[in-house]
Amino acid sequence: MILGPVDEIPPGEGRAYTVQGRTLAVFRLRSGALKAFPAACPHSGGPLADAQIDENVLICPLHLNTWDLTTGCSRSGQPDLEVIGVREVAGQIVFSP
Amino acid sequence: MKRRLVVVGNGMAAGRTVEEILERGGADQFDITMFGDEPYGNYNRIMLSHVLSGEEDESGIFLNDLSWYEENGITLRAPVRITRIDRFAKVVDGDDGSSTPYDVLVVATGSRSFIPPMEGVFRPDGSLLDGVLGFRSIDDTREIVRLARLHEKAVVIGGGLLGLEAARGLQSHGVHVEVLHAAGHLMNQQLDAAGGACLLTSVEALGIDVRLNARSTAVTGDDHVTGVILKDGTEIPCDLVVVAAGIRANTDLAVTSGFSVERGIVVDDSMATVDDPDVFAVGECAQHRGEVYGLVAPIWEQARVLASRLTGSDAEYHGSRVTTKLKVAGVDVASMGITAPERDDDEFVVFSEPRRGVYKSVIIRDDRLIGATCVGDVKKVAFLLQAFDRGLPLPEERVGLLFDLGTAAAEPSVDELPDDTQVCNCNGVSKGALVKAVADGCKTVPAVMDCTRAGKGCGSCKSLVTKIVEWAAGDDMRVDPAEHYYVPGIPLAKPELMTAITEQRLYSVSAVFAALAPGGTEDAKSKMGLTSLLRTMWPQEFVDERDGRFINDRVHANIQRDGTFSVVPQMKGGVTSVEQLRTIADVAEKYRVPMIKLTGGQRIDLLGVPKEDLPKMWADLDMPSGYAYGKSFRTVKTCVGSDFCRFGLGDSTALGVAIETRFQGIESPGKVKMAVSGCPRNCAESLVKDIGVVAVEGGRWEIYIGGAAGAHIRKGDLLVTVDTPEEVLTISGRFLQYYRENAKWLERTYAFVPRIGLERIRDVVVADSDGMAADLDARMQQTVEGYRDPWKEGREPAVPGQFRTALPLISLPQVPVRDGSTALGGRAGRSVATDPRRLP
Repeated sequence: MILGPVDEIPPGEGRAYTVQGRTLAVFRLRSGALKAFPAACPHSGGPLADAQIDENVLICPLHLNTWDLTTGCSRSGQPDLEVIGVREVAGQIVFSP
Repeated sequence: MKRRLVVVGNGMAAGRTVEEILERGGADQFDITMFGDEPYGNYNRIMLSHVLSGEEDESGIFLNDLSWYEENGITLRAPVRITRIDRFAKVVDGDDGSSTPYDVLVVATGSRSFIPPMEGVFRPDGSLLDGVLGFRSIDDTREIVRLARLHEKAVVIGGGLLGLEAARGLQSHGVHVEVLHAAGHLMNQQLDAAGGACLLTSVEALGIDVRLNARSTAVTGDDHVTGVILKDGTEIPCDLVVVAAGIRANTDLAVTSGFSVERGIVVDDSMATVDDPDVFAVGECAQHRGEVYGLVAPIWEQARVLASRLTGSDAEYHGSRVTTKLKVAGVDVASMGITAPERDDDEFVVFSEPRRGVYKSVIIRDDRLIGATCVGDVKKVAFLLQAFDRGLPLPEERVGLLFDLGTAAAEPSVDELPDDTQVCNCNGVSKGALVKAVADGCKTVPAVMDCTRAGKGCGSCKSLVTKIVEWAAGDDMRVDPAEHYYVPGIPLAKPELMTAITEQRLYSVSAVFAALAPGGTEDAKSKMGLTSLLRTMWPQEFVDERDGRFINDRVHANIQRDGTFSVVPQMKGGVTSVEQLRTIADVAEKYRVPMIKLTGGQRIDLLGVPKEDLPKMWADLDMPSGYAYGKSFRTVKTCVGSDFCRFGLGDSTALGVAIETRFQGIESPGKVKMAVSGCPRNCAESLVKDIGVVAVEGGRWEIYIGGAAGAHIRKGDLLVTVDTPEEVLTISGRFLQYYRENAKWLERTYAFVPRIGLERIRDVVVADSDGMAADLDARMQQTVEGYRDPWKEGREPAVPGQFRTALPLISLPQVPVRDGSTALGGRAGRSVATDPRRLP
């Protein structure tokens, strides 16, 4: 399932996409890699698509909880995030659970 | 060429020794190989009782996971058991058939559960009867948890520390537990009889049965344990037995390899075995001056000494004074030194209140504390520990050693704070949580803050957090060099960082990471600070990268707890007009703004605006941004001033408007709040602002700096009194620029001014002692000229999807709708019609 063009997400930022009744936060790393997680922070529902990221972590904008971008593991004592499968195919973000 | 360091063992002592070696630059001296019996990384055995009770997840007790070995170039071979040391050939043989040569060998084989001689406990093949377990490893703990869920009655053999912890943990799985203790009172190693009796009361109150003077002689059951038989013939039926009757050093390897072994492997003050200067032993398997230690503090000391020796220093280990302070099955227990008087003239002061489970005793010889026991009330333990360790003078009234009498200390010291004291009020972090983070391996203040989130809210608790971490870590405290960095991801203080950025002409955040971060690695936590710094340094050349901004700075509004934003139109000096009010009212109505509120800075806040509505709202408002977000110059609060106020001495409103016009939108290390008051009555509260201006008699203006009335309260310092409003603009601009160039990231002026010193700041910005005033003015002017209203991005988004919603389609905390008519009880939830999430 195609979510949209990769160019919709500037490198280093995230955007929210709704697919199959749920909202995903999809991030485009500076390396070009795509990462996706559920859009709500498990701590207090913060909008994770608005998070700040680097190559390794994602930081919730509300209370600055952090997760590992590769594993979804929490680095600040909150529940882990489910890693959702997305990849780039011909310039498009493809949801591939 | 590097020497080969082989470590037999991968437990706490082994791990700590290697950590200490690495810290001393040992990676350059040694190729390190570690052998572990268990198929895991290095974990904190002390925490197993927490895993057993379910308070801690297994993953939470690892000190070093497998990646640590890889990152530090250590070869971990596990599970491989070393079966023989050939100290003549300098080789260790493993049970996997391997032979590994060494130049230096460290034996850290630890200890194992001691299984007292009991009939029927071992099967013919030497393994334990089913249902009988030690309590020593992750595997033991997993098995105990598994069996506890299947069985109903457990017996714990041993009423020492470990036994009581095991009993408490088992109980949490719903098993009925009975503790069998061979001695006449609990924890007889650490407590005297009366102290043990008090502990017994508390343990029994938890619902754990305890049987004292109960020597177990046999276990019954053919395939699976069915009971324990005591020396007096009593049979106690049970289906699970946990043996916690002490530990024995693992010395088989040393014995069969020909080393001197008594209760442990005999070592000298350098932790070297007495038989071979190239073979060392450390931890619970080592015996030093006749002592074998089973507590963590002495083992850490040994690890430090050994690491120093191996890396070339002359450290010596002279033994440890053993003190314990812990919670046993939920009861506070502390002990140090001897537990009972030994000589006729030893003073022995005792307080006992068995019903409340409180017992305290101290033993004094020649005016020195030589022993103390506390059960149930450990408030005085910090002082007692210090008196014991350092031989502090003792109070004439000995009862003062047991209780605080009369005049209380000015403030409770860190050690006297109860564990459940909430230290960080923003994130609800208790003293206990901080102490736990230290115990789990965080040894620097930033590490503890990252791990617990303490101090990550308003930051006002940082100094207390620091004190607690220092206290909890003791000698283990490490200073994080990053504390002096401008941002955590680049190992440079601000002046060096600015020099490097200037010399290498780095215009973007990613360029700074590429050039100056270790390995060129990005660090999200550093991005905002770097963005702000680069903007300050290169007002024209700065290359904006969107990911260098926090969400507030990406959409120029303030994110709220439900993911919506608040919008504050500019209202310079707090002055508005009929047209502006009407426009704001129309826009609020059109976009169904859930709440309209005046801010602390005298501006109108439109709260609860969905991100995707921001551009349209800005267009409809057609006003500039009011800067209620970001680390930047905020608003100027003003009083009425001389035009209307009968006390007014100066036109505070006009000056406030002028200041806000000049400095609008300027980025700074922390937010900057200002105020102008028309007379010393200070209705605009100028004395508690980052920059505060007060009109005084004679048409003059006082300028205050470094004030705050937020999480920190500080009265500003009078910088200078000037004659004209123009001078106010010049001096405050010069101070602002000096602050922008010299403050650390997120350092507010209330910290910056005392750090630099008022006199120094006055020299620079008023007296121009360093001749840099003109340059500061020029750079400020350049910044002022570069101003562009960020809300213009509403018409032309900076990046695609800049204002696309990020809200998920799930229930989030609802922000209440209020209007002026509703009192506290009259709040209503947001109606569906105004829900910014637009549920489908």
